[in-house]
Amino acid sequence: MDQQTDIRFLLNGQEIIARDAPATRTLLDFLRIEQRLTGTKEGCAEGDCGACTVLVGRLQDGALRYETVNACIRFLASLNGCHVVTVEHLTGPEGRLHPVQQAMVDHHGSQCGFCTPGFVMSLYALWMQTPQPTVTEVETAIQGNLCRCTGYEPIVKAALAVNSYGSPVHDHLTRERDTITARLAALQPAGRVVTGPDDDRAILPADVDDLAQVLAETPQATIVAGATDVGLWVTKLMRPISPVVFVGHLEELKRIDLTDTALTLGAGVTYSEAESAIATAFPHLNDYWARIAGWQVRNMGTIGGNIANGSPIGDTPPVLIALGATLTLRNAAGQRTLPLEAFFIDYGKQDRAKGEFVESLSIPRPQPGQINAAYKISKRRDEDISSVAAGISVTRTGDIITDARVAFGGMSATPRRARAAEAALIGQPWTKAAFDAAANALSQDFTPLSDWRASADYRLLVAGNLLRRFFLEQDGQTSVRLDVA
Amino acid sequence: MKDLSPLTGAVHHDRIHDSAIKHVTGRADYTDDIAEPAGTLHAYLGVATVTHGTIRTMNLDRVRQASGVVDVLTARDVPGVNDLSPTGRNDEPIFPDTVEYHGQPIFAVIAHSRDAARRAAELADVSYDILPHATDALSAQAAGLPQVTDPLKLERGDVAAGQATAPHRIKARMTVGGQDHMYLEGHIAFAIPGEDDDVIVHCSTQHPSEAQHMVAHALGVPLNAVTVNVRRMGGGFGGKESQMNLFAAVAAIAAKRLHRPVKIRPDRDQDMTATGKRHDFVIDYDVAFDDDGRIHAVDGHFAARCGYSSDLSGPVTDRALFHADNAYFYPHVRLTSRPQKTNTVSNTAFRGFGGPQGVIAAERMIEEVAYALGKDPLEVRRTNFYGTEGRDLTPYHQQVTDNIIGRVVDELADSARYQARRAEILQHNAQGGILRRGIALTPVKFGISFTATHYNQAGALVHVYNDGSIHLNHGGTEMGQGLNTKIAQVLADAFQVDFDRIKITKTTTEKVPNTSATAASSGSDLNGMAALDAADQIKARLVSFAAETWGVAADEVRFLPNAVQIGAEVVPFDTLIRRAYMARVHLSAAGFYKTPDIHWDRAAGKGRPFFYYAYGAACSEVTIDTLTGEYRVDRTDILHDVGRSLNPVLDRGQVEGAFLQGMGWLTTEELWWDDQGRLRTHAPSTYKIPLASDRPRIFNVALAEWSENRERTIKRSKAVGEPPFMLGISVFEALSMAVASVADYRVCPRLDAPATPERVLIAVERLKAG
Ligand SMILES: Cc1cc2nc3c(=O)[nH]c(=O)nc-3n(C[C@@H](O)[C@@H](O)[C@H](O)COP(=O)(O)OP(=O)(O)OC[C@H]3O[C@@H](n4cnc5c(N)ncnc54)[C@H](O)[C@@H]3O)c2cc1C
Ligand code: FES
Ligand code: FES
Repeated sequence: MDQQTDIRFLLNGQEIIARDAPATRTLLDFLRIEQRLTGTKEGCAEGDCGACTVLVGRLQDGALRYETVNACIRFLASLNGCHVVTVEHLTGPEGRLHPVQQAMVDHHGSQCGFCTPGFVMSLYALWMQTPQPTVTEVETAIQGNLCRCTGYEPIVKAALAVNSYGSPVHDHLTRERDTITARLAALQPAGRVVTGPDDDRAILPADVDDLAQVLAETPQATIVAGATDVGLWVTKLMRPISPVVFVGHLEELKRIDLTDTALTLGAGVTYSEAESAIATAFPHLNDYWARIAGWQVRNMGTIGGNIANGSPIGDTPPVLIALGATLTLRNAAGQRTLPLEAFFIDYGKQDRAKGEFVESLSIPRPQPGQINAAYKISKRRDEDISSVAAGISVTRTGDIITDARVAFGGMSATPRRARAAEAALIGQPWTKAAFDAAANALSQDFTPLSDWRASADYRLLVAGNLLRRFFLEQDGQTSVRLDVA
Repeated sequence: MKDLSPLTGAVHHDRIHDSAIKHVTGRADYTDDIAEPAGTLHAYLGVATVTHGTIRTMNLDRVRQASGVVDVLTARDVPGVNDLSPTGRNDEPIFPDTVEYHGQPIFAVIAHSRDAARRAAELADVSYDILPHATDALSAQAAGLPQVTDPLKLERGDVAAGQATAPHRIKARMTVGGQDHMYLEGHIAFAIPGEDDDVIVHCSTQHPSEAQHMVAHALGVPLNAVTVNVRRMGGGFGGKESQMNLFAAVAAIAAKRLHRPVKIRPDRDQDMTATGKRHDFVIDYDVAFDDDGRIHAVDGHFAARCGYSSDLSGPVTDRALFHADNAYFYPHVRLTSRPQKTNTVSNTAFRGFGGPQGVIAAERMIEEVAYALGKDPLEVRRTNFYGTEGRDLTPYHQQVTDNIIGRVVDELADSARYQARRAEILQHNAQGGILRRGIALTPVKFGISFTATHYNQAGALVHVYNDGSIHLNHGGTEMGQGLNTKIAQVLADAFQVDFDRIKITKTTTEKVPNTSATAASSGSDLNGMAALDAADQIKARLVSFAAETWGVAADEVRFLPNAVQIGAEVVPFDTLIRRAYMARVHLSAAGFYKTPDIHWDRAAGKGRPFFYYAYGAACSEVTIDTLTGEYRVDRTDILHDVGRSLNPVLDRGQVEGAFLQGMGWLTTEELWWDDQGRLRTHAPSTYKIPLASDRPRIFNVALAEWSENRERTIKRSKAVGEPPFMLGISVFEALSMAVASVADYRVCPRLDAPATPERVLIAVERLKAG
């Protein structure tokens, strides 16, 4: 089969064929420098401000789905077969403002205006998905957009009003859906795509078998899923990562399988894609999930990547470890499955051989008597990295604690179980004293570090208090936690 | 009569920002969006990797040899003076011999692309003779580092005598953190060389004249060779008042040297490490008071982390003292500053310019008094407000003559139901529980004018073209505050024409010379008056032309909406202009304004530095989680004084935005240096400004519609940029109350700013431990 050697996608109304596109060329630089589409702004180049927000439409199981992404950390090569929509595409041919734009103007949603195109794109995506949002839905949609001028009030008001300016039914992305779907279908590659210069090579495997094959051929390759970590290695650290194997387009890695006993997620499932299955199987993760990054990053970032990067401060490992999740790795020779907690060996060191990739993750559904909670502590409520993240799963049989799995992030070099705290709980009666003892035991489990997110003292104190909160919440005390909604 | 429908965009009415449509469509051009001429090169700064040390050797061979590199600039390549100090102190080299903070630029690379320049900048081989460093004000003072400028002392009355007569006295210390501007558009400059010594610099700056000055200084050319332009900034907040100098100078030097356009745009990390921030302060206060909560004497000492150079630290630390009274009369007072040199980036202007750090000290003292006496802090506030004769002198001996704080606070306390809610909150907290609540109503009084008196001047240039369209130019800059919109409204009002007839143009040193920074909230006060002066000159010529031509008296010529009544006849505006042009009437004018009646004698600590005061108050309610320190702002009510607003909706926008920014300063925005002197919070990933979900769950904002400036300001309006920033203090004091509840309000919590969840929890624990 012929190998495709360029990246093909739709940009607004136009088909782009990027020949020899370097693997690390970002969509933002492509838009601003090569296409001179300067409506999309750079505010941080690290996915944290949203000034670069654009929409990416892609086919999933044949259906076209648009979502917001951060163009600053999105690699061009990952857009093969996608439709990129920038702010320039919103205004009608006669120059008429789009409903989102008109609402923003009428509600004085811009001051300096630099954040504005990004907000317009986030609100556009929200309106397409939820034409009449609640305030909380608006806030969640713009978690990934910073505005330093307005104080957000007029932007939220504009968002709530958009639908009175027009319905998504009449939007041109809705009207052109069939045409775009067909055009994108025609752009899907027949096999492997390899492009870019030798020192900045991009490889898009044809399928998961081919991925195993590629990794067998080039075990030193950098795997890129959503690029919400790797993107920053490039934009902030200028680290060379060639050759790059992109996996975000592989539908086999996007499988979501919910049975009576477990939820299995392919490594390529994004936070957004997993959201509804997570809500069904693990309702305690609902709020927690919405506090991981911002919307754009949740649309790109994968759970597989969150685990594979081995970070001590990733939000999914502690809660997944507490739930007893297992990880399946694969290479050309085959698969192996291990408990998630065993994957994290030490800081920067995971149980992953060269040529192996994360294939999927399986999370057992709660047993009767199992009580679960997930807590995230951060300086700012939304779109912030945790200073402490906790997953707590305790099984109560009558008045006795018969099992406990307690895992923390932000407390040591890896996300890790608190064995001493668990031991302090297991076999004990369900009392405040047991949880106090567990909280006190945390100092045997962890010697956290001080950094700009939190001091060691605070980390230890708050981690213990989260165990106390867990007890109080189960004890029927209702108002022990702030909920913004 | 035709064409007499009311004007669009009239003054005192809501009007959308002039660029709103361009903002939402992405068609508003910022400096990085200007089309680059062929051959444009890109510069990037190479920075030091030590905190303090003399450069022993600097080998840039690998930088020069890197792919795409065209040239490298070091201190030796500065053709003029290697200095950027905005106050002429010669303490801020473009590229230093001795590094004074971690991340200080020491050279620049010029390459074909920004990416190439940025990569090459990492390749320098530099060795240093390391020197000891001190990054915070107290340790720097202990290490014997000097002050960056002369400190200020304000004194009135006899502090010792006041202390002697007062039954109570509290001495304490508060640390107030700094703040990064985090404008969404970072610094950028784009220089295009011209013939002779000429260079044009497009630059994101609040102070084009200053950038012009520094570029000329660095190039060693007269000011008339340098033109600085800015159409708009993606936010400034004081961060672009002097901090653009570095970028403008480097771009201009490279452009002249290479005869090619050169652009420089740091990444966010470099923008945040290599440009200054709000000063953080260590404040020692000593307040003496009586059983009624009436303050007798205040002795306050304000030490600020200024960074390695003076920059604007002198006037910033001065302004902290000017506002250490906030709205309160201190019978006996002594306030001193210590602008402390530290081995950190040089701190600079930020909305409020030191004022907020003074105001929060005043509010903390009030809280101390209230807790000591078991009173409602609002009662103590009211007891100490400036009053009539005898209680109306500030620590700098200016009489407060326009005081409306009593009315503002009363109205807000009513509309926000402060007393009832406070009672309800006290009751809630009395039940114990994990979640505690707090409420605080804090006032602000803010002095308007630059304290450097000569800055209080402005110019404008207005042309009426012979088709009746109008061109507006003035010395102020647009950073989102809507200055251009307001001034165009003033002009529309003066000529009685529709807003759309007025073309707003970029700020450029070519049209209006010797301008002041758009800062100190003074933008529309100064430039609005200058534009009005220009319009008045043209109108006077039109009136005398019309009177003469139509043979009527001058007072029979009146400007109506889009027309002019001349005697009995109504002539469309266009027609009059056309006829005036044919009759060779000069249809262009340069306007000028200087603020009257202000003076300041710094050595004596006396004068009238401020033309007038702006007032406001906010009432915030919060809930804290005493297990984790997390919190939420449940409700904020604001009543703010902008005099007779030029554009109420834009003013509300300023109030709301400033409030949230002020709240961010005191809550989640934390600057953190490690023990090696490196700033570790230098991008939005690590430095957390408020998000939409942080804003108050209920947010009621009103302008004091009854207020009118007593002074003859532009249309009797008041400045709005900075004063509402300090309304964020209400959130801080509400958090403090919620914390205090765990010890039954017996003690004023030791809470430093920013009150991160960690600081809140630690404060709770401290009180629990007793
Ligand atoms: C603005 C912002 C906010 C964020 N906030 C949070 C937050 O609140 N909480 C949090 O936990 N994280 C947060 N993150 C990080 C989070 O988005 C990532 O950890 C994400 O989950 C990684 O997934 P990805 O698909 O983007 O991985 P990538 O960046 O593509 O890859 C990450 C790592 O995983 C490897 N990898 C990816 N897929 C595989 C695979 N299938 N097999 C083997 N290796 C693989 C890559 O090689 C790389 O080492 C944030 C990131 C940003 C930019
Ligand atoms: S530029 Fe800030 S998120 Fe992309
Ligand atoms: S309008 Fe300036 S950052 Fe949002």
